[in-house]
Amino acid sequence: MRLSQIAKALDLEPRCGDLEAEASGGYVSDLMSDVIAHAEAGDLWLTVQIHANIVAVAAMKELSGIVLTGGREPEAETLRKAEAKKITVLASKLPAFELAGRLYQLGLRGRERHAGGI
Amino acid sequence: MDSPRHVGKIRELVYELKVEAVMTRKLITLAPEAPMSGLRSILKSNRISGVPVVSGQTLVGLVSVEDFINWLAQGGRDCPVGERMSREVRTLSPGEPLVHAIGKLEQYGYGRLPVVDGERLVGLVTKGDIIEGLLQEMQVNSREEEELHRYRASHFFEDMIADRLTVNFQYQVRGKTIEQGGEVASDLKRSFKRLGLHPEVVRRAAIATYEAEMNVIIYAREGTVDVSVDPETIHIIVRDQGQGIPDIQQALQPGFSTAPDWVRELGFGAGMGLPNIRSCARSLDITSEPGQGTTLRISIPLEPERVCA
Ligand SMILES: Nc1ncnc2c1ncn2[C@@H]1O[C@H](COP(=O)(O)OP(=O)(O)OP(=O)(O)O)[C@@H](O)[C@H]1O
Ligand SMILES: [Mg+2]
Repeated sequence: MRLSQIAKALDLEPRCGDLEAEASGGYVSDLMSDVIAHAEAGDLWLTVQIHANIVAVAAMKELSGIVLTGGREPEAETLRKAEAKKITVLASKLPAFELAGRLYQLGLRGRERHAGGI
Repeated sequence: MDSPRHVGKIRELVYELKVEAVMTRKLITLAPEAPMSGLRSILKSNRISGVPVVSGQTLVGLVSVEDFINWLAQGGRDCPVGERMSREVRTLSPGEPLVHAIGKLEQYGYGRLPVVDGERLVGLVTKGDIIEGLLQEMQVNSREEEELHRYRASHFFEDMIADRLTVNFQYQVRGKTIEQGGEVASDLKRSFKRLGLHPEVVRRAAIATYEAEMNVIIYAREGTVDVSVDPETIHIIVRDQGQGIPDIQQALQPGFSTAPDWVRELGFGAGMGLPNIRSCARSLDITSEPGQGTTLRISIPLEPERVCA
């Protein structure tokens, strides 16, 4: 599903990057190592973390984008890095649980992952 | 698979780059008077298959393993290398484009060619030098054109294997805040993509490097990352002189973390870093002295199916 379509349906506000990418799944976590281990390429990542390292993680895992939940705003350094690395950052007023539920309703799916698998 | 544009770019480079840009300048040479009996140990200890013979600075011949074997076969009576060397030496000049060097290596089936400026020996070029030179140039040349360098990566590997070449990368981790961490991993990932490594292998190497890099930043402040790729394996060695790990088995347990609260607030300290590295690697070896520092040795096979996750 196109990010533009998702953003429009759920009122996500773009903070950086384009909305051309396709999200092929979703992942919710605020722990970097957990995202590193379990998110998959193409996932849209929901998090409350706003510091620049989320960009490094998203770039490394080739995620389709990051959504900052609960009305959080990215730090300036995060935006700078996201621009450089062409990572899309969106913001939502909704808390992660709510937003994940609505994404699911839209048809976006997570993936069943084996604990510990990478 | 490769678009003509990609092929075009590498062609340009092969024409643009000159022999002198990639040649080895540190040479092992012999004088014509040197004894034939000493050749074996020189070839062996330097792991080379031939030595240029110079008189003063002038190239007068080349003496190779083959010459040595022939000499042995004919009795092996000691004599100066000048008597057994080949005098007909094919050479390159420093200003020739790489494409000539590649052509000559292919044509004559040689592993290396001496480079002479007039008559003076100034360098030596192997297939490995050419590959490394091209890789470096591509890294400098085209930060923006990411995909470009998937070009014929497979060929690099054929050549690497033919030449038993090792490609090395070295990084410093220093003066980085946690928020800035991950640059080494991201740089390495880009280089590996360019080398045309299997995407799964690139992913594993990037993850392992990222976790090790973050641990250096968080627990040791600074350190080094040395990466070497040989035809079979990626070796990643991460060293720091930080506080060290008192109990390595415990540190390897998923969920174990000594990260302070402020680090946890940033989303680190899940105690999953080392376990993540372990599941990405064929082997992870940790040595650590409390108060002295920590060294991680990670190896990842280049064939993804040989990784057991
Ligand atoms: N380079 C290091 N120097 C000193 N201690 C280290 C180093 N690397 C790891 N440790 C110790 O090992 C523990 C476990 O490391 P690991 O990377 O698995 O988890 P973490 O860093 O605590 O959390 P996460 O990586 O999930 O953010 C750390 O909390 C720390 O006590
Ligand atoms: Mg860690």
